[in-house]
Amino acid sequence: MEKYFHVVGLGIQNTLAYRVNFLCRAAFGLVPLAGTLFLWKAIYADRPTGAILGGYTLAQMISYYLLVTVVDSITAVAEDDWQIAADIKDGGVSQFLLKPMDYLGYRLCLYGAGRAIYTTMALIPVSFFILFQRASFVGPADPQTFCLALFSIFLAGLLQFFIAYTVALMAFWVLDVSTFIFIQFALEYLASGHLFPLDILPPILHRLILLTPYPYLLYFPVGISLGQIRGHDLWRGFILQAFWVVTAFVIARIMWARGLRKYTAVGG
Amino acid sequence: MKSGFETVKRYVSIYGALIRYSLIHEMQFKVNFLLWILVEFLWFGLQLVFMSVLYGHTESIAGWSKWEVVLLVGCNQFIQQLFHMLFVTNLSNFSELIRKGTLDLLFLQPVNTRFLVSVKKFEIGNSINALMGLAVVFYALTKLGKMPSITQWIGFGFLCLAGVSVHYSLMFLLACVSFWTVRAQGIVWGYYNLFNIARLPIDAFPRGAYRAVFTWVLPMLLVSNVPAKLLANTLSAPQDLLPVFGMAGLCYVVSEGVWRWSLRHYTSASS
Repeated sequence: MEKYFHVVGLGIQNTLAYRVNFLCRAAFGLVPLAGTLFLWKAIYADRPTGAILGGYTLAQMISYYLLVTVVDSITAVAEDDWQIAADIKDGGVSQFLLKPMDYLGYRLCLYGAGRAIYTTMALIPVSFFILFQRASFVGPADPQTFCLALFSIFLAGLLQFFIAYTVALMAFWVLDVSTFIFIQFALEYLASGHLFPLDILPPILHRLILLTPYPYLLYFPVGISLGQIRGHDLWRGFILQAFWVVTAFVIARIMWARGLRKYTAVGG
Repeated sequence: MKSGFETVKRYVSIYGALIRYSLIHEMQFKVNFLLWILVEFLWFGLQLVFMSVLYGHTESIAGWSKWEVVLLVGCNQFIQQLFHMLFVTNLSNFSELIRKGTLDLLFLQPVNTRFLVSVKKFEIGNSINALMGLAVVFYALTKLGKMPSITQWIGFGFLCLAGVSVHYSLMFLLACVSFWTVRAQGIVWGYYNLFNIARLPIDAFPRGAYRAVFTWVLPMLLVSNVPAKLLANTLSAPQDLLPVFGMAGLCYVVSEGVWRWSLRHYTSASS
């Protein structure tokens, strides 16, 4: 176990070099976010104040997008999938076959370290932005909601990592995984609720999407924080989220075992 | 001293050779070629889905009807994909040229270096995505029951060129940052965020700092909005076209100035 702590330490040192990069990334990300918020404000502007649209007041809608930004900066994979694919292509994986260290565990530690640094840096521009929008920001109502949200963000992070890891492992079979990464990302962008809250969709679509793993990356933790997901839906959601975390982990393990049989250790 | 015509002829033939080379390279990876078209198509689809979900809850956004916004998203796709086809790959590789010192090699070529770094790779696949954008433009126009005149189409053509030029100059400016920080892979990502807002209707933005910056400094809210308004006949006055051309010229001049200034600060990575 101790060796993995060293990996986390190394990961932190490595990603610290990118801190300015992260800061710019987070700040740049606020441009389209502001654009989306203006668009929603324009939609609500044509209605009486306090109007509810798809179950959201303007303040709730704005908070939804702000919380998506927060959860996304905590859990999003940055370079991990590209690095994993590169490790496979360049033979960097070989050393892990010889060392008493599990590659998935190693990558997970690096992901955790990377997210810790990224979140710290992103906190600066994002909290300024939220402060700017504070008039219409609703956060978690009570400590219990906050803790539940935090726990589901933790699970979301694991799920996000396992999905990215599995997609990156396709590098065992195909020459260029970037298209697969982007296709996966496009699906995720829509079905995770990044683009809009999923419950403004027609009910059938909404319920169908809830069966896929994607809503448990963003929509679910954000919905808990906002108090939109409660009671029965909350527990059902947690069961599905846990189910997808375990499933994604198992698939990742199977892919790895199969991939190794194809692995030719180029350059290793 | 060669005449201007000779120079143009020479550059056209060089560009022809570069395009040919890019095509040959591309055809080596046919599946990948098709997958990239699919990726761009998915993202375009996402934008349309987003808009149609919004219009499931409202009839108009800041005075824009559903099909007017679809028209805007189509125009934006057309312009962005043309930009992609000609420049994006090259500009996103720019920081690598500096990091590896390959740029030195390009300085030695008897061709304008900015020309080479900007157009070296031609992405034919994006032309198909551009056509999809154009198809959506046509479809939205039929839904709106509008048939633009020849003059409008010609104006649209020029506006699109100006739009591509704005995108190019701005991303080139961003790419110049890699002269100072070697690790500038964030450039593509940063730019992606910027042109994300180009597909939103300008009237949704209240007059204020945000709208002013993205109209008069980084004219993202002009490049797709003005051509869409021209086709939909919703421009308030013909002189509304001028800012696009003015900003296109201005952005290019600034980017050329910064490029020359950056070159003076260039210290090769390999020597």
